[in-house]
Amino acid sequence: MTSGLRSAFNFGLLGGVVAWHACLVGMVESFSERRLIGETVELSYVWLVGIVLLIGYLKARNVQAPGIAVFHSIVSGATIGAALTLLALLTSVFNLRDIFPFASPRLVELLTLERGIADALGLLFPILGGAVLGAAAGGLALAPPIWRRTITVALLVTVLIGLLRDIFAAIVPRDVVSLIFTSRGLLPMGALVVFVVSGALTWLIGTFGLPGISTDASSASRSVATPWKYAYLGFGVLFLLTFPLWGKLFLSNVANFIGLYIIMALGLSLVIGFAGMLDLGFVAFFAIGAYTMAILTSPKIGTFTLTFWQALPFSMLFAFLSGVVLGLPVLRMRGDYLAIATLGFGEIIRILALSNFLKPYMGGAQGITSVARPEIAGFVISKPEPFYYIVLIGCVVAWFVAARLKHSRLGRAWMAIREDEDVAQAMGINRVETKLLAFAIGAILGGMSGAFFAGLVGSVVPKSFELLVSINVLAVIIVGGMGSLPGVLVGALVLVGLPELLREFAEYRMLVYGAVLVVMMLFRPEGLWPEAVRKRELHKDETSAPQRVTTSVTASTTPSVKD
Amino acid sequence: MLTLKDIHTFYDKIEALKGVSLTVNEGEIVTLIGTNGAGKTTTLKTISGVHKPRQGEIIFEGRRIDQLPAHEVTKLGIAQSPEGRKIFGRMSVRENLEMGAFGRNDKDQIRKDFTRVLDLFPRLNERLNQPGGTLSGGEQQMLAIGRALMSRPRVLLLDEPSMGLAPVLVDHIFAIIKEINQQGTTVLLVEQNALMALAVANRGYVIQTGVVVMEDTAKNLRENEMVQKTYLGID
Ligand SMILES: Nc1ncnc2c1ncn2[C@@H]1O[C@H](COP(=O)(O)OP(=O)(O)O)[C@@H](O)[C@H]1O
Ligand SMILES: [Mg+2]
Repeated sequence: MTSGLRSAFNFGLLGGVVAWHACLVGMVESFSERRLIGETVELSYVWLVGIVLLIGYLKARNVQAPGIAVFHSIVSGATIGAALTLLALLTSVFNLRDIFPFASPRLVELLTLERGIADALGLLFPILGGAVLGAAAGGLALAPPIWRRTITVALLVTVLIGLLRDIFAAIVPRDVVSLIFTSRGLLPMGALVVFVVSGALTWLIGTFGLPGISTDASSASRSVATPWKYAYLGFGVLFLLTFPLWGKLFLSNVANFIGLYIIMALGLSLVIGFAGMLDLGFVAFFAIGAYTMAILTSPKIGTFTLTFWQALPFSMLFAFLSGVVLGLPVLRMRGDYLAIATLGFGEIIRILALSNFLKPYMGGAQGITSVARPEIAGFVISKPEPFYYIVLIGCVVAWFVAARLKHSRLGRAWMAIREDEDVAQAMGINRVETKLLAFAIGAILGGMSGAFFAGLVGSVVPKSFELLVSINVLAVIIVGGMGSLPGVLVGALVLVGLPELLREFAEYRMLVYGAVLVVMMLFRPEGLWPEAVRKRELHKDETSAPQRVTTSVTASTTPSVKD
Repeated sequence: MLTLKDIHTFYDKIEALKGVSLTVNEGEIVTLIGTNGAGKTTTLKTISGVHKPRQGEIIFEGRRIDQLPAHEVTKLGIAQSPEGRKIFGRMSVRENLEMGAFGRNDKDQIRKDFTRVLDLFPRLNERLNQPGGTLSGGEQQMLAIGRALMSRPRVLLLDEPSMGLAPVLVDHIFAIIKEINQQGTTVLLVEQNALMALAVANRGYVIQTGVVVMEDTAKNLRENEMVQKTYLGID
């Protein structure tokens, strides 16, 4: 019992550290003016509330008895609150601003609900608030899964819609906007409506499934009835085709970046997800594609002045060749060594582009401007809205290629290599050739994305090809789910789309990124939209629950006879 | 049919095989017995091309194969069921079997072999769509052997098929090995379970720390005093 309490206290301390961190890097103070709901719910509190809920939830999950679990969550929550009270005291007694510029009087006001430390209620506020939220989190953890999911989704959706207010304002007619939004966030009524509607939808879908999609079997054998399938498909196609019309400039821009990342991530997915090779320098192929496009089309370099469409195959060809050239020596390496070698390659390309020595050919730090824009039937496509369609086609092509490959003979070989290289060879698979193909085909997609990027932006500079791009693409794949193609879409939407939409957090982007990845690894290590097999592997203990076992048995005792 | 002549195989500086010579004739079951670490697995890996010998020759049907890459060796008709089974855990049973036929493109024959394997191992037939990783140990062993058979090998290399299996299953597996052999596949069987191995084999070799110390018919080996003491646990 006492050790249990101590663990609850430790969880609270951990949360306290995170909360302190959020306060001291300014995530609380900077957003105190950001009214998310009505005039009272500020974004600054949302962070702190989120931290308490998460910690309370985690704590309650690792305790068996329900009553004790909630009690422990309350202890954890109150501990976090106490840490914040302490921070408020420290901040007002000592001058911490030399070290932490955000440890300001304003922070104290925020933490004490504008009452200051002289007021006992002000000091108690974080502790009481923490305890209440801890209890809520504990209750949530114990709630039946469907309710847990409903409430979590509804909360997240509400916060997200509040955050995205400006974007809705840009694309939805003004009268509709003023129904649920204030000038900065959601109206209290609007928030309630969003919460209830999103919650109700989640509950309905969780209970009855989407119309036409049967939920009786596990997601491995989810099947869609044909008319509904066409309905969903039709809706999806319509959505994609009309996107720039209602998404306008801003959303088209965002969509284009998501698209470029999707193409890249599909390419890298072949390498990592299918063939299991950790490539940390994928940006190299993106850069090669972009620079090839720029060099071959820009009059500023002037050696060649091809059109966009003429240069595109060369971009892909050079990416392919560089994939082979890089692949031949490094594919004999395993694991870590491969990762480091590819990491180096990514940097080499960028540094070459930066170098003064190659400046006449690659433009040095200023890069290359006046890259050709694609032209269709006499129209030059330079605006993001029409360019969207080119990116969309690129995505469709890349998707098609990746999906076909996955189920091809080559895809099988990749999968076998990923599982066990020696055995794969014993099956008659040529290891070097197979891996090289993954590398080089992935590189083609990277190059294609790069070429689009150059044509979209109209210029290339070395700064666009930093290591961060490789990391982003990798994160897209991990968050989406290794080796899963729909996962790539989801991952790109979440990791590329959201940050673009939530520009306010630009400063904290990496911080949030890191936090998201950690939380993902804790809760959904298989990714947001995993392959069925991986999901099963990573949740073995849960799948052995009685009702799941019966479904897997029925699935396995009715083998479909193939050809 | 398959001959190893004075094979030396190294792991860096460790000489795991110090001049192994052995012969497998067409239609035989030959067993290679030895204690843990004697070099049995290394011998099979050297034959299948996963490890290259530093010295010596391997001749298969008149051809030297010791320098061929592993995937080429497989195509010539040597398949192996590796130690610890090593089935593809994420692939279904069906996909595992299909992987076994990766190097072939004679579709009709592949289908015939598929049926043949499922006839040998009806248990697999019931689990065709189940991921390999969820099979029991015995089923995984069956799958590993089945997968090897899918390449329609002329020689089948088996690395400790009885390892970790319940006695009933061991009997079953050995009965099937015998049946596979009677259907025309030559077998090189590596085992620590000398008792069972010598019961099904025609001839046997005894390997100790990388050296073949004895070779004889299975019958003679069973009656040999040293073999009885060291490998059969008979005093
Ligand atoms: N990958 C390896 N690296 C280094 N030494 C190895 C490796 N595999 C096996 N060995 C060594 O080679 C010898 C023979 O091993 P092995 O062929 O696996 O024996 P067995 O299969 O008969 O148990 C042992 O001494 C073992 O330690
Ligand atoms: Mg062994």
